Amino acid sequence: MSALLELSGINTYYGQMHILQDVSLKIGEGELVSLLGGNASGKSTTLKTILGIVPARTGNVRFGGEDVTARRTSYRIGRGMAIVPENRRLFAPMTVLENLEMGAYLQGDGMKEGLERVYSLFPIVYERRQQLAGTLSGGEQQMVAMRRALMSRPKLLLMDEPSMGLAPILVERSFEIIQQVHASGVAMLVVEQNANMALSIADRGYVLSTGRLVLEGAAKELLAHEDLRKAYLGR
Amino acid sequence: MGGIHLLAGFDSFTLTWPYFFDQLVAGLTLGSLYALLALGYSMVYGILKLLNFAHGEVFMIGSYIGYFVLTALGGAASPDVPIVVLLLLMFAAGMLGSGLLGVAIERFAYRPLRSAPRIAPLISALGVSFFLQQLATLLFGSIPKQYNTFGLHNGSLFNRITLGNFQIQYMQLIVVVSAVVLMLALTQLVARTKVGRAMRATSFDLEAASMMGIDIDRVIMFTFFVGSALAGAGGVMNGLIFQNVNAYVGFNAGLKAFTAAVVGGIGSIKGAMFGGLTIGVAQAFATGYLSSAYQDVIVFALLVVILLMRPTGLFGTPALQKV
Repeated sequence: MSALLELSGINTYYGQMHILQDVSLKIGEGELVSLLGGNASGKSTTLKTILGIVPARTGNVRFGGEDVTARRTSYRIGRGMAIVPENRRLFAPMTVLENLEMGAYLQGDGMKEGLERVYSLFPIVYERRQQLAGTLSGGEQQMVAMRRALMSRPKLLLMDEPSMGLAPILVERSFEIIQQVHASGVAMLVVEQNANMALSIADRGYVLSTGRLVLEGAAKELLAHEDLRKAYLGR
Repeated sequence: MGGIHLLAGFDSFTLTWPYFFDQLVAGLTLGSLYALLALGYSMVYGILKLLNFAHGEVFMIGSYIGYFVLTALGGAASPDVPIVVLLLLMFAAGMLGSGLLGVAIERFAYRPLRSAPRIAPLISALGVSFFLQQLATLLFGSIPKQYNTFGLHNGSLFNRITLGNFQIQYMQLIVVVSAVVLMLALTQLVARTKVGRAMRATSFDLEAASMMGIDIDRVIMFTFFVGSALAGAGGVMNGLIFQNVNAYVGFNAGLKAFTAAVVGGIGSIKGAMFGGLTIGVAQAFATGYLSSAYQDVIVFALLVVILLMRPTGLFGTPALQKV
């Protein structure tokens, strides 16, 4: 099976600091993959490397069969990546509608259709469209951030800690939506600290520890793996 | 020179409504100019968190371009084209030239330093500022170039329109109206267009904006172009009102406009406009009722007082984040 996204031998640095060390991973078309790891294990950096926000010093990023290693972030987004960033990162002084429009920034004509789709599925978003995004509650912000990422009808949706800062009921709601999106055929890479939650819905998983992939496998196997806890606690 | 002679003071002449309105009109005219210049500081700061010290020099170059267009078209005393065309061409050329200069400055002096510590682009900005001052002196000489706009249409542009106690020169009216038109255009651009939305998003959160697929380099380039073009328009206005331009005209105007941007709340477009008018009017009243020697004291005292009361400026918002 040809992979939708393939990282091979990625090494990423912040200045002198070696963050990602020889990371290789694959995500197939329509696959839901979890990337697990503790604080400062390199999860967010992996996402930023995939998007091209942080350049990889060595290694390749292939997306949809194309080598995008040297391509800018805007190009990669245009090819079908999207992200729900950590802490949502909505544009607080802009309206909900404007936030959704930013999600479809590179779409020309598709935007109207995307908006209608969002409105029909989520009437609450329609009601709130003129409200400033910064005035929404945390749960509402999470919903808008997900809608914003889906505006461009991505092939690959990256999610950075969707459970962070949300009440348990909202975490469950988020994961329901993740499953819905997955069911609609979108490939996803979900970065999480909440391993049980993330693996319970994933097809496969990877575990990062201090910049290295230490475990990978089918989600079910990982859930049963006794080293997983160890990997979490540092080593 | 006794201090008392420095003061315009309050007497039967200065304590009249016509005198008051004269100062107000002069202040609003000057303030429009500061506001245009302040917008560039504020927009660039909003996106890059960079104090663009070279912005005053972009204004100065715009003023020179206005002068050269005026001269090329026959000069103020006997222009080859109608006055409206002449003024439009001066503004268009000044704005385009300054806009392109701003883009070039960003490309060569700031972009290579974007991931460097913040002090580096600041020093680079100072360097560009001195470079342009010296370059202008070298190319255009140290003797101020005369706009001689009193010569335009036999000086009739400096005639006054009178409405009761209120008087305004045609030239002041031209400056204020042009500034208002440009500011309205900018407001619409930022509020309603796609590139305007991209500018606001980038200004709020650069990385999140790039995650939406926005080409950050292009947004920054566009921001520099627009901000610098407004400075160019301000430079032409400065020549029209004050009649001349020299290589150092950008320093003082830039300092005042920067103050205006801070007073209004740096990063805020509304703040830059309001701050510019506030500083202009304060300076005019200080000159009219106290003395021109005190104008800077008053302006910077105002800055201190406003920052003491509102550290983020009049329209600035403290960084509030809801998680």
